[in-house]
Amino acid sequence: MFKNLQLCILALFTVLIGCDAGDLTSQGGPVAMKRLTPEQYKNAVEDLFGATIDVSGRFEPDSRRSGLNAIGTSLVAVTPSGFEQYEAMARSVAAQVTSPEHRHDLLPCLPKSATAPDDACTETIVRSFGQQLLRRPLGDDEIRVRVEAASLAAVIHSDFYIGLELALSSLLVAPDFLFRIEVAEPAPLPGRPSRLRLSDLSLAVRLSYFLWNRGPDEALLAAAVHGKLKSQESLAREVDRLLTSEHLAGGVRAFFEDLFLFDEFNDLGKDVTRYPLYNNRMAADAREQTLRFVVNHLVTQRADYRELFTSRQLPITRSLGPLYGVPVYSAEGWEDMVLPANHPRAGLLSQASFAMLHSHPGRSSPTLRGVFLREALLCQVVPEAPADVDFSLFVQDADSIHKTARDRLEVHANEASCRTCHTLTDPIGLGLEVFDGIGKYRTHENGALIDTRSHLDGRSFADPVELGQAFAESPLIGPCLVENLYRYAVGREHTNGERALLRYLETRFTETGYRLPDLMREIALSEGFRTASPPKEVAFEADAKEEET
Amino acid sequence: MSTRKIQPRIGRRRFLRGTLGGAAVAVGLPFLNLFLNANGNAVAATGAPLPRRFGTWFFGCGMNPQRWNPTTVGSDWELTPELLPIENVRDRMNILSGFSVLMNGEANQVHRTGVFGTLCGGAPKKATEVEGPSLDVLISDEIGTKTRFRSLEMAATGNSRHSNSLRDVSSVNPAEPSPLALYTRVFGSGFADPNAAEFTPDPRLLLRKSALSIVKEDRLRLERELGYSDRARLEQYFTSLRQLEHQLELQLQKPPPLQACSVPEPPNQGPIDTEIEHVMSNHALMAQTLALALACDQTRVFNMLFSDRASSLRMPGSADTHHTLTHEEPRDPVLGYQPQATYFVLKSMEAWAHFVETLDAIPEGDGTLLDNCLVMAHSETSEANTHSVVGLPFMIAGKAGGRMRTGLHISGIGESTSRVGLTMQQLMGLNIGRWGTDQNETDRTITEILA
Repeated sequence: MFKNLQLCILALFTVLIGCDAGDLTSQGGPVAMKRLTPEQYKNAVEDLFGATIDVSGRFEPDSRRSGLNAIGTSLVAVTPSGFEQYEAMARSVAAQVTSPEHRHDLLPCLPKSATAPDDACTETIVRSFGQQLLRRPLGDDEIRVRVEAASLAAVIHSDFYIGLELALSSLLVAPDFLFRIEVAEPAPLPGRPSRLRLSDLSLAVRLSYFLWNRGPDEALLAAAVHGKLKSQESLAREVDRLLTSEHLAGGVRAFFEDLFLFDEFNDLGKDVTRYPLYNNRMAADAREQTLRFVVNHLVTQRADYRELFTSRQLPITRSLGPLYGVPVYSAEGWEDMVLPANHPRAGLLSQASFAMLHSHPGRSSPTLRGVFLREALLCQVVPEAPADVDFSLFVQDADSIHKTARDRLEVHANEASCRTCHTLTDPIGLGLEVFDGIGKYRTHENGALIDTRSHLDGRSFADPVELGQAFAESPLIGPCLVENLYRYAVGREHTNGERALLRYLETRFTETGYRLPDLMREIALSEGFRTASPPKEVAFEADAKEEET
Repeated sequence: MSTRKIQPRIGRRRFLRGTLGGAAVAVGLPFLNLFLNANGNAVAATGAPLPRRFGTWFFGCGMNPQRWNPTTVGSDWELTPELLPIENVRDRMNILSGFSVLMNGEANQVHRTGVFGTLCGGAPKKATEVEGPSLDVLISDEIGTKTRFRSLEMAATGNSRHSNSLRDVSSVNPAEPSPLALYTRVFGSGFADPNAAEFTPDPRLLLRKSALSIVKEDRLRLERELGYSDRARLEQYFTSLRQLEHQLELQLQKPPPLQACSVPEPPNQGPIDTEIEHVMSNHALMAQTLALALACDQTRVFNMLFSDRASSLRMPGSADTHHTLTHEEPRDPVLGYQPQATYFVLKSMEAWAHFVETLDAIPEGDGTLLDNCLVMAHSETSEANTHSVVGLPFMIAGKAGGRMRTGLHISGIGESTSRVGLTMQQLMGLNIGRWGTDQNETDRTITEILA
């Protein structure tokens, strides 16, 4: 109670004096140890060695928590099978980098002799690559042990590069490469003697992963090492530099891939008898289409987030043409299209990726689509179906009597035990029923006309285009994006102590016209982004307790 | 209890020299002919007994209790319609019916409570979390540490997330998603044929070991910075690292010859998806590769997943999956069950019978590979329509190296599935008298099946 009162006062105070987010106190959340995602691993290799080095191997699946893999990264460890894969990838990368084909381009020095150790050169390489991979300067001991091992191996095998390969492999399997280990340090304030903040290096790493989905570059690491991230001014300079980098697109893309559950495309399968058009290329293009659309709109055009739901712009390939029923002129690659005003699609919700992903292998599912949109875009929780539903209700000759999904779902809406959840999910999904299980437009199901008229939280709509409009105007989508982006940025659930900060960020998002890069800047410079509490003692117990208070 | 040798502290420099300088180690051991001892159950050359193995075999969405459960107990149990496909191998296994996950006041988490209640010994408490370890991990800690792989997980559904094996919530062992992936992991690089005349260890093995030992140097420094749960995760990382070190050590030595081992050709796999015939054929290929992996003693623990929790199996051209059918298909008024959903139950039983036959087809010692295995087939529901975890289906195959009797039907109505888990652990030689949590805690072995 007292805490809530404090929060209210704090929130009021903030509004009254109009301070920026940097002044907003936050009790922060625990620092964590986060396993790199497959994308982040590949980015790290690419940043250091360029795109010519092939990273092939199987990564352990990510683990989604509270809707985000970015939060699950703080939970996952490395299984024996996962470690085998990491070690194999490390050897493969090290072998490529030291190969005759690449060594001249990629190594910062070459040995005096290729058949003997050269400790000075090895040390240079380990120091430079190590700092990039481990995202911090290496200690002397860490360098020495690798130089010694490389030297010995070079003697035994009469080959400098075999020794170097060993040293590089040991960096690529190191736990502090595979995990980002955040460190908090005391930063006492008057009245808050136990306050903790991320160390400068941990802050640099969190910043670059948030904005770029990759590790810090040399300039950012140097800024951290030289204490340049301590003052708000120089921190803002670094954040602005990151925000203008070409890597921002990759960062934004990674966030939406996570939010949209796009890793599920890896395991997507469709019944090819029912959907003869479907193939892997089409699914990959549908996924890419949405990401291109989002990045182009939010980053390249710096446009209003809400317009994602109404925009008629659409990047498209020839493989997607049949789904959208439009001619695509380029045989290869992407074409920018603007859908005509009378086209039945507009905006994110009517794109094939969403329809495909949130369907069964052999049919569409208004319920699955509704659950996804409620949870990911409106931040509402849809309860799980009860375990002991009386399914005798559904004694029906499915498709021949109940021809459309609307007919079939009607049963749920009339039954009390089903109604609570299905009235949350189905009305939205019914609006998208003209898109079949792979996202192809249709007007009929089993010969019956599909009726897309429905409603979103009291607002009625007639078709997918109007549904998009309703989303764009929903008071929930802005705050929900803020919440998701913040949770993604810090890689954990937000805490009660951060509610005021979230309200502030929502206000700023509105004031700045729903521009995503501006919101990212606000978050990156906010106190909550840097403030930390000690690591959790018991995984994910703290959240539950917090909710109870 | 094992004794630990006290070794003198070895400096880093010396250690590296030891591992790197040992390239000539263990090369060229003479080929040892294989003889069985007089009892026919041990390798005479080394005196080592044949390995005993444990595995799980999972099928999703259960069965129809009234058509699956045998009505008579003991050895002459009468075949039921849904057990018909296992007729030829019924004497190779025991049927356990009636055992349930006792809810202990927790909510039934659909498609989770049944399987994790069985494998972890208690109804899971949180909606999204499961507390491990699962049964197979407990057993692999005991018997899986000497082989190249602690355990092998595979999913015939082609999805590496389809795995029920976990040490804890942070370490779910991913499944090999295709026959070829399984084959490559086991018989690809790093595999040494135990029966080959020649043995030349890869000189690079020592380099690999050395790279890993460098990493271990950082452990204490890293641990200091971590909280309790992150330390546990880091510990899991190092456990995995040590498992690989162990693999590399094994590869430096000539493996002892194994009569039952032969090296298969790479599988010729078709499409990988959840269409039933594709799953059947991928399952068969995986079973074959797994059987030889066991015969070649590459692992002693495995988890074979035929279909996932909330089975996504489907028929070509159908709008429904096995799971959605269990909920949406009307019960046939004449037959009294859901015919389309039940089709997948029968296919699951067919696949299980094939799995058992595959292990049984490999001669080992004076019997077959299956005789030295203990395989627990199970599901997450009995009747999937209501997500029931009452009376879950179990089929326990193999003889566990002569420790288990087979051919019986045991009815355990009202009893916890922990009794099954406890018995599995005891059959695998774990020194454990009591297992499970809260209502599911038990000290009651299913003695009827002990030999």
